[in-house]
Amino acid sequence: MRKILLNGSALVLAGLFLFPVYWMFATSFKSNSQVLSKDPVFWFTPTFEHYETATGVNLFWTYVANSFVVTIGAVLLALGVALMASYAIARMRFRGRRGMVIAVMMAQMAPWEILIIVVYLNARDLEMLNSIGTLTLVYFVMALPFTIWTLRGFIAAVPKELEESAMIDGCSRPQAFFRVIFPLLAPGLMATSLFGFIMAWNEYAMVLVLNKAPDAATLPLWLTQFQTAFGNDWGATMAASSLFTIPVLVLFVLLQRRVTGGLAAGAVKG
Amino acid sequence: MTVHIEDAPPRVPGPGPSAAGPPPPEKRRRPRTRWLPYLLLAPAVLALAAVLGYALVRNVLISLQEFGRRQLISRTTEWTGLDNYRAVLENERFWDSVVRTFVFMAANVVLIMIIGTLIGLLLNALGSKMRLLLSIALVAAWAMPVVASTTVFQWLFDTQFGVVNWVMRSIGFSGYEQHNWFGSGTSTLAIVTVLIVWASVPFVALNLYAGLTTVSGEIWEAARMDGANGWRIFWSILLPIMRPFFLITTFLEIIWVFKAFTQIYAMNEGGPDRRSETLPVMAYMEGMGQNQYGAAAAISVLTLIILLIAMSFYFRLIFRQEKEQS
Repeated sequence: MRKILLNGSALVLAGLFLFPVYWMFATSFKSNSQVLSKDPVFWFTPTFEHYETATGVNLFWTYVANSFVVTIGAVLLALGVALMASYAIARMRFRGRRGMVIAVMMAQMAPWEILIIVVYLNARDLEMLNSIGTLTLVYFVMALPFTIWTLRGFIAAVPKELEESAMIDGCSRPQAFFRVIFPLLAPGLMATSLFGFIMAWNEYAMVLVLNKAPDAATLPLWLTQFQTAFGNDWGATMAASSLFTIPVLVLFVLLQRRVTGGLAAGAVKG
Repeated sequence: MTVHIEDAPPRVPGPGPSAAGPPPPEKRRRPRTRWLPYLLLAPAVLALAAVLGYALVRNVLISLQEFGRRQLISRTTEWTGLDNYRAVLENERFWDSVVRTFVFMAANVVLIMIIGTLIGLLLNALGSKMRLLLSIALVAAWAMPVVASTTVFQWLFDTQFGVVNWVMRSIGFSGYEQHNWFGSGTSTLAIVTVLIVWASVPFVALNLYAGLTTVSGEIWEAARMDGANGWRIFWSILLPIMRPFFLITTFLEIIWVFKAFTQIYAMNEGGPDRRSETLPVMAYMEGMGQNQYGAAAAISVLTLIILLIAMSFYFRLIFRQEKEQS
């Protein structure tokens, strides 16, 4: 009896959590008359017309390219800069180290949502609006603190003796780093870059103010553009949302173990 | 963005550098290492200072200036002291927004924690097949990009063709023929709450479940043998064991919901008639919508102060954790 109750509630809950995701995909494959019917249609022959509408928008491939360039650029920058910083924090003693640790922790919680306007004004004063470079820079700084924090943990987990013995064998410090530590960091680098990717890919508020011009905009602005004052094209919106969601879903499946293991999980939420 | 209770990389015993403890004697002291750490940290510090630090400082500066469309175009600076703060604090809309923000935050966090905890316990009690099914559903909800899930919820609650109105009609509420869910601020924020709870519960549930798996089953057995019922087990065993998790997660959720922007803005742009504006959305609308950058900055600063208080509690918890662990 207890088992039936537990399994029953699990089924209902799974249905509730999946329904919005299912509804997004289902709507995206319905014909327009099925989307705009008073009673929702549950059985239908899939059609790709909304995907054609969504991807046929002027400058669609520019949005795609911009999203990828900004995201990958920000992640690579963050990884490089964070590797240096986290090595210093994890392996060296220097004055101000503790302050640095606290600063990184604070920066992880930086309320970017509340600084949108100021970031916009700063970019405007420097004539850096509507630029891919500016957006990459901002996303890189957004991703930097948690990248430093996570890599610091991974570097600290590598036994110091490994490095020391390499140095006794005649490696210089950088050589010891690249030959001994770096290979062991692969999982850490992989996980942090995926988190950074998801953060930058999903970001909406900054691109909304910084890069309004269509040729500098990214996919989050593309998928909200089918809702206009003249009415909403729900089919196209759902098709766009579906396309936008798929890469993130794939990454999440890859990350699943790490996520529940509790690694910088908030990076995805933000 | 969280510092976690179970640090993902395992702590390797040995003379690793920890935050506390005496420095190990340096073997070969090279003069080079003295400035090397600063060199390694320089790019990170510069980047954070230029983008984040400068924004925080300029936010305060602008809040002390008359800064509207005219100053934006002419690039002039007019200092007005605390005028912006006075105007904001005398503005009825600001106080409405403060109350709204706190009520909204409290409702979200309470729902997220209660539902998340219940689902986490359920995951722990399920067989492996059902657990996998529910986990997949949770991860799918969690993984949805916020912009995408916001558009999906707009569509679910659409006035004419939304599936929610159809469900309401089907179960006998004829008033939901063309019910406009976005017709009032309260109703709009209620839908945003459903969206945020739906998207945030998985984080709590899956992490709680991950934490529960580290608690050995013998404890439950022993408690059952002693005749404790489910309630009793939860209050006297589970809660004390998982206390750090509950505290830290609650604070994280408070901070996250407090600064939520995309969900509210993309749902209805703070409407109708600016009645679903929480503080971050209000700051944005004052700036981008009304060109009142000074007022927007003042609201931002006040919001930051509230957030800092919440964050200081959070960091206190984290540091206490670190101390206990080391």
